[in-house]
Amino acid sequence: MTAYTATVTVRLKHGVLDPEAETTKQALERLGFALEGLRSADRFEIDLEAESADAARDRADEMAERLLANPTIHDYDVEVDER
Amino acid sequence: MTVAIIRFGGSNCDRDAERALEHLEVDAEIVWHEDGLPEDTTGVVLPGGFSYGDYLRAGAMAARSPILEEVREAAADGVPVLGVCNGAQIGCESGLTEGAFTTNESARFQCEHVYLRVERDDTRWTAAYEEGEVIEVPIAHGEGRYEVDDDRLEELEADDRILFRYCDADGKLTEEANPNGSKNNVAGVLGERETVAVLMPHPERATLPDIGPTDGQGILRGFDGASGA
Repeated sequence: MTAYTATVTVRLKHGVLDPEAETTKQALERLGFALEGLRSADRFEIDLEAESADAARDRADEMAERLLANPTIHDYDVEVDER
Repeated sequence: MTVAIIRFGGSNCDRDAERALEHLEVDAEIVWHEDGLPEDTTGVVLPGGFSYGDYLRAGAMAARSPILEEVREAAADGVPVLGVCNGAQIGCESGLTEGAFTTNESARFQCEHVYLRVERDDTRWTAAYEEGEVIEVPIAHGEGRYEVDDDRLEELEADDRILFRYCDADGKLTEEANPNGSKNNVAGVLGERETVAVLMPHPERATLPDIGPTDGQGILRGFDGASGA
């Protein structure tokens, strides 16, 4: 078994309104920053032990499918690194 | 012969629902989620509140708690299930109903009275109304914007699964009358079975005559018969 960290990033699907990101963007503009757009995402760093990087990825994938992301509004990606 | 009002940690409209149902002489009891559904459950309310502190997403944790398995089974057997506010979020998160209720367009918590247009009058939840009737019911949520992809929404509309839409006092579906930016002003939807319904507005807060309009009574009357009343 090898120790991995699986990083799951969950973001809103393209086209789904993100009022919090819009508010954050406006706050940055009020602070005088110039920016074109801002998207926010949730990032989960999951430490786990698995037989292989693929096995770690599969498990993290299932975590995203079953809980971390809501497929109605979210896309997600998974990255796996040895720890 | 009892309607089970499921209480999660963080539910806060469970007692309101109990009182409202009591007022309508519908037999109901609050059930702690860990205790499971009682044998004689003849209806289920998923009440409003902030179950599990709305961690991750509103309703996400409660939707994955073991009692929801039982609720899904009961729903499949035709037991009436009504999700209100956080209960609506739980309903969508658990797959009982389609779509998602997410952050209001305003990014703010909104607590106000709204008008709803009754889209169907042939379900148990709306039999007390006429199709197109305008009712006044309060909302209180930060995450009530109905979101679903456009194609799926068209299918839901074609299948007559939209139960309520936000409207103005005259029943017009305007942008101004849409409090949270919900797609096509959707406020409540039906599940695959019409005995399952979820909505963000609070019928239990528009039932007792002491506290204002009572337009929500008809929705809760959907449990008539379900409770043996």
